[in-house]
Amino acid sequence: MTKLEAKIPQGPLADKWTNYKDHQKLVNPANKRRLDVIVVGTGLAGASAAASLGELGFNVLNFCIQDSPRRAHSIAALGGINAAKNYQNDGDSVYRLFYDTIKGGDYRAREANVYRLAEVSNSIIDQCVAQGVPFAREYGGLLDNRSFGGAQVSRTFYAKGQTGQQLLLGAYSALSRQVEKGSVKLFTRYEMLDLVVIEGRARGIIARNLVTGKIERFAAHAVVIGSGGYGNAFFLSTNAMNSNGSAAMQCYRKGALFANPAFAQIHPTCIPVHGEFQSKLTLMSESLRNDGRIWVPKKLEDAKAIQAGTLKPTAIPEEDRDYYLERRYPAFGNLVPRDVASRAAKERCDAGFGVNNTGLAVYLDFSAAIQRLGLKTVEARYGNLFQMYEKITDENPYETPMMIFPAIHYTMGGLWVDYELQTTVQGCFAIGEANFSDHGANRLGASALMQGLADGYFVLPYTIQNYLSDQIGVPRFSVERPEFEAAEKEIENKISKLMSIKGTRSVDTFHKALGHIMWNNVGMARTKESLEAALKEIQALKKEFWADVFIPGEPNTLNIELEKALRVADFFDIGELMALDGVNRNESCGGHFREEYQTPEGEALRDDEHYAYASCWKFEGEDKTPELVKEPLVYEFVERQQRNYKS
Amino acid sequence: MDKDINIKVRVWRQQGPKAKGHFETYKLENISGGTSFLEMLDILNEQLIREKQEPVVFDNDCREGICGMCSLYINGHPHGPDNLITTCQLHIRHFKDGETITVEPWRSAAFPVVRDLMVDRHAFDKIIQAGGYINVNTGGVPDANAIPISKLDADEAMDAASCIGCGACVAACKNGSAMLFVSAKVSQLALLPQGKIEAKARAKAMVKRMDELGFGNCTNTRACELECPKGVSISNIARLNRSFLGAKLSD
Ligand SMILES: Cc1cc2nc3c(=O)[nH]c(=O)nc-3n(C[C@H](O)[C@H](O)[C@H](O)COP(=O)(O)OP(=O)(O)OC[C@H]3O[C@@H](n4cnc5c(N)ncnc54)[C@H](O)[C@@H]3O)c2cc1C
Ligand code: SF4
Ligand code: FES
Repeated sequence: MTKLEAKIPQGPLADKWTNYKDHQKLVNPANKRRLDVIVVGTGLAGASAAASLGELGFNVLNFCIQDSPRRAHSIAALGGINAAKNYQNDGDSVYRLFYDTIKGGDYRAREANVYRLAEVSNSIIDQCVAQGVPFAREYGGLLDNRSFGGAQVSRTFYAKGQTGQQLLLGAYSALSRQVEKGSVKLFTRYEMLDLVVIEGRARGIIARNLVTGKIERFAAHAVVIGSGGYGNAFFLSTNAMNSNGSAAMQCYRKGALFANPAFAQIHPTCIPVHGEFQSKLTLMSESLRNDGRIWVPKKLEDAKAIQAGTLKPTAIPEEDRDYYLERRYPAFGNLVPRDVASRAAKERCDAGFGVNNTGLAVYLDFSAAIQRLGLKTVEARYGNLFQMYEKITDENPYETPMMIFPAIHYTMGGLWVDYELQTTVQGCFAIGEANFSDHGANRLGASALMQGLADGYFVLPYTIQNYLSDQIGVPRFSVERPEFEAAEKEIENKISKLMSIKGTRSVDTFHKALGHIMWNNVGMARTKESLEAALKEIQALKKEFWADVFIPGEPNTLNIELEKALRVADFFDIGELMALDGVNRNESCGGHFREEYQTPEGEALRDDEHYAYASCWKFEGEDKTPELVKEPLVYEFVERQQRNYKS
Repeated sequence: MDKDINIKVRVWRQQGPKAKGHFETYKLENISGGTSFLEMLDILNEQLIREKQEPVVFDNDCREGICGMCSLYINGHPHGPDNLITTCQLHIRHFKDGETITVEPWRSAAFPVVRDLMVDRHAFDKIIQAGGYINVNTGGVPDANAIPISKLDADEAMDAASCIGCGACVAACKNGSAMLFVSAKVSQLALLPQGKIEAKARAKAMVKRMDELGFGNCTNTRACELECPKGVSISNIARLNRSFLGAKLSD
């Protein structure tokens, strides 16, 4: 049986990170130059890690799929980043941010990690300001904050509706500085296709040059995976088109455990699906819930008339509107956490009160805010989001309420890591959305950016040294070693197998079919039956894929269909893992809602007695059921309670 | 409600940087007005794959107008006929039934074609590497509120910082100049006290790199500003010229 060692430092919660740093091993400057680190990904996590490791003096090789590091998916984050600065003097503190995050995650995260995250959150804001990130400010010149779901304080820093962009450009500039200095070498338009393990340790990767199609080998003393989340298993999601879960799956197949795959987040405020050729879903930032009020018609006949296109929402009088979040959750109102808001929307739509011609949407209404604050203020706060909405839907949200519906957005699950962010493969680390650690079963808004940058700027640059300090005597590995040879051979076989199928269907048709299975069976509300059905359907679809996919062109050159095919092949396995994990977890918690387990009021019903653990899956071979390994989540400092956003 | 239309797309096809390119025209039927421009190309590619042909290659990622990955010259305009949006935010409702839409890659010496509509924009990264940053290391920086910054400056810096690095300004410019892109970064950092200290050196290093990389000279045609999907203003170019490049003469 595999046993997991989380390596949580001793001592009181607030002292653990300091104690760790005081006692960890470091690498001296002269030795750093002799150590190579591969960082896969240039999102907030990857770029900040690569830049910081470069500054420290390590020799960094940094990979991304896009043509420039600045285009990583993190660029699209809108609303903001949390920190416990308490600049508003509204009672915030490191402890409160820690507590909100633990509670928001429905008590399925590791206490020590989350505390550390809250602790370093303040340094992130300092760092970004020093880099020239133009955060929003008040007239007095100090930093402005806004509120986000799941918190009763204002702790979210933002740069218009483009926070992710500005934070990533900050990290990208730090990265560019290191590239100029020669400590970081960039490999853009490269895709990692396998992890190379030598004598039990991660020693390199195999990557495909996406322009030439050439398969190349790269050796290093450690490999850091910052490849983002796997939400695109659902085909339609708010993730960028190139977001994928393949790098994590490659590590999984090489022995890294995959934790909590079922924990995926459905975001409540996305623009509803318009048609069958829809390629992705657009998120309307959660910050809109600060001032927008969510409602559906109170009367079924009004909902029917709206669906038929014979009634306009603005014609429905106030008393006939059901502000269901304010009704059900008076204390948090429209600012309940995402999972709660998403399920409440689904509940209303399932009951027939949905709007749009599909009946699959609810209103997000700014008329009250415009009255209260004036058009100008609303425009200053949300102008770019409103513009985005109008460009897509051709409707003016200043005049008629927006329509929104939940969509898959973020994956809390990922590669299992210990306190040092190391996976179960020695020398292989995982950061950002690619790891599983800090958000438990549900991530609060504005906490992913915080975690990505915490990992990359302030955690990994320390913890990786504890590992690398043992590696200074290890000479650079030759990429001619048989382990590299074998890994490359395996990939070449996989690619030729895919190319030789020459079937009748495009990769996208399979990806869409998988998305349907996932949304219907592994989505917002799951049951044992739906999850088991998903497992069967995915297996059948996967078989069909390997028998009938058609990939035009040649493998040894630029080939976008081949790129997609390799990712979709992994999405099948991710989908299966998600369903498997969902079946195992006989409770509802956070984003994982099993219909069988709910309170009489329809809230998630956790089972702390049996499921207070991270479920980690160990690869046992293709088409074999993976082994379940449990990391018990011991709560020493916080008492678990049922999440309550009502009072 | 959006209507369905029939269109023809005249697309630039080119195997590689050195290969000779040509236009191909494809017919698409019953495309709904709510379809995005890139979804229309997805539909075209699905059609091509069904006919066992190679899909049209184009760059894209976020499809929300923020990553700067998508490009495309559409009917003679970078990012198409609509204002203040990227190609991925353009919708078919802006085109007429029966229309022929011409789609080309960015055409600029500094951005060679990789395949079809995909170009190589590494030159932009190289310009940033020359100095598009503040020289600070991770950690050991002052508290974020230690230096107040006027809201006006912060907002102006934010406007300049909203550049997505797409390259439309270069593609739109008859000289192939990257001045709008460069000046936006220079302005953002120069407007903030943290970045002011190195402002001059930064501006010079970036402009020098820009010149080395084969971008053309700015002759104030304003084409860049008109086509920039983020509304980055040419007042940034004026600031760059006024505050920094003038200095070049004096030293
Ligand atoms: C629309 C949207 C809005 C959001 N808004 C917010 C917000 O307001 N606040 C917040 O906190 N969070 C927000 N999030 C979540 C947050 O943006 C992400 O969780 C976070 O940016 C992930 O960062 P990352 O660095 O882990 O990964 P990513 O940014 O996804 O980067 C992944 C990187 O890995 C590379 N990569 C992947 N696979 C490979 C491979 N095989 N080989 C080579 N390179 C590879 C990619 O090229 C990319 O560079 C939002 C998410 C979305 C989708
Ligand atoms: S200045 Fe405008 S057009 Fe030029 S790269 Fe930036 S966003 Fe694109
Ligand atoms: S695809 Fe990202 S800006 Fe168009």
